[in-house]
Amino acid sequence: MTPLIEAKGLEFGPKAAPVLRDVSLRVDPGEIVTLVGPNGSGKSTLLRLMIGALAPRRGTVRRARGLRIGYVPQSLVLDPSLPITVRRFLDLPHRVGDAEAEAALAQSGADGIAHKQMAALSGGQFQRVLLARAVLNQPQLLILDEPTQGLDQPGQAAFYRRIAALRREMGCAVLMVSHELHVVMSASDRVICLNGHVCCEGTPEVVSAAPAYRELFGTGTGGQLALYRHEHDHAHEGGGAAHHHHHHHHAEG
Amino acid sequence: MLDDFMIRAGLAALGTALAAGPLGCFVVWRRMAYFGDATSHAAILGVALALGQGLAVFPGVLGTALAMALAVHALSGRGLAHDTVLGVLSHGALAAGLVAVALTGGVRVDLELYLFGDVLTVTRGDLAWIWGGAALVVGVLVWRWRRLLTATLSPDLAHASGIAPRREALVLTLLLSAVVAVAIKVVGALLITALLVIPAAAARGAARTPETMALLALAAAAVSALGGVQVALWLDTPVGPSIVCVAVMLFAGSLPLRVLGAARG
Repeated sequence: MTPLIEAKGLEFGPKAAPVLRDVSLRVDPGEIVTLVGPNGSGKSTLLRLMIGALAPRRGTVRRARGLRIGYVPQSLVLDPSLPITVRRFLDLPHRVGDAEAEAALAQSGADGIAHKQMAALSGGQFQRVLLARAVLNQPQLLILDEPTQGLDQPGQAAFYRRIAALRREMGCAVLMVSHELHVVMSASDRVICLNGHVCCEGTPEVVSAAPAYRELFGTGTGGQLALYRHEHDHAHEGGGAAHHHHHHHHAEG
Repeated sequence: MLDDFMIRAGLAALGTALAAGPLGCFVVWRRMAYFGDATSHAAILGVALALGQGLAVFPGVLGTALAMALAVHALSGRGLAHDTVLGVLSHGALAAGLVAVALTGGVRVDLELYLFGDVLTVTRGDLAWIWGGAALVVGVLVWRWRRLLTATLSPDLAHASGIAPRREALVLTLLLSAVVAVAIKVVGALLITALLVIPAAAARGAARTPETMALLALAAAAVSALGGVQVALWLDTPVGPSIVCVAVMLFAGSLPLRVLGAARG
């Protein structure tokens, strides 16, 4: 299958202390790929490299020809000097019809606020509007950077259900960063554990059992992660050294 | 009809307002005020060089403004366009321009004309420059509106949509130098930034979308320009400062709207 987007050998940041090194990543049509990793592990940086907002010091990012990306950034601060309603925000950069805009807002759980100023939205509403904008114009790939921050627990669960529904309805692929490990593990086809480099990747089951993953998140991460816990004793991996191992557990298919 | 100096003055002021109002919104949204100062101050240097070489003033102004704008654009790409660097460039260009004008010696230059503008001396040739420049600025703004707006709103969202924010910033930079060339005879180099920023600021309170803000800014700039010319005639005051004073009054009048807008949410 031709990948929608493929990064090879990315290196970013000062040579002495790179933020990312030797990171390769591909997303195929229709799959949900999640990046997990501790704070400062370069997840957002990797997403910004993927959309072209940052240029890697080494390596390449290749997009499929004419790839349509819907992007939800980690944070977006709009300058208060720029007045803009939710409806007009959805028109950027491509004008959309009223029906289409309403549908996208409803799909994202943000109906009825089209006339509001972006600056007047609550954090959760703002996040939903960003998602509504991202799903307009038939994206082939959604890139979501911690899309559920500012949402409460039921809101988060609803958000991930919508992502899954969007994938079913539009067939788009999803590449996202998330901290909600229990949701990630149940909603992703493939998980990539990042800590400056790719520590391990594979299906949720494979990753949550991987020693490198447990090094980063511990075994007691709680939630539904426990469902996937295969209690291998990995003491034989040699403690701290396991962190530097590369575990390439690829998903089948 | 163009023989009447009042009509020419009015048309020149209107043409300037047409370009400065909408572009001024981007200056406000992107916090480019200092950038505008540097570019317009460089125009004085252009005046000196043009007169020294016996050339027409408009191309000289456009050339130096363009050179300054590109220099600042390049610096901003390296993260150097801080207040300090812009301050050095802006005032350095102004001082160098004033010195250069003095050095041109033989030619008696009425410097005040270019520092504060004198729309009453506008010729038919000047009018062609002003309206040509204004039409160019408005045309490019309309043509690239969504791209410029997306890049202004969020460079990252622009990237994801396949828009290069640096390119859009360059477009605005070039338009800014065009406005400087258009406006120098009307408001003068010292107050061009005021004509960009103040009408846009006055328009903010009543506007709910970027488009209405641009149109209101255009209207505010036009009222300021025509009103300022009138005031200058009545009170025998310099035209540029008079235009800016009217704009400031419009801004003050818009403040209650802004408070209402904030309450309405």
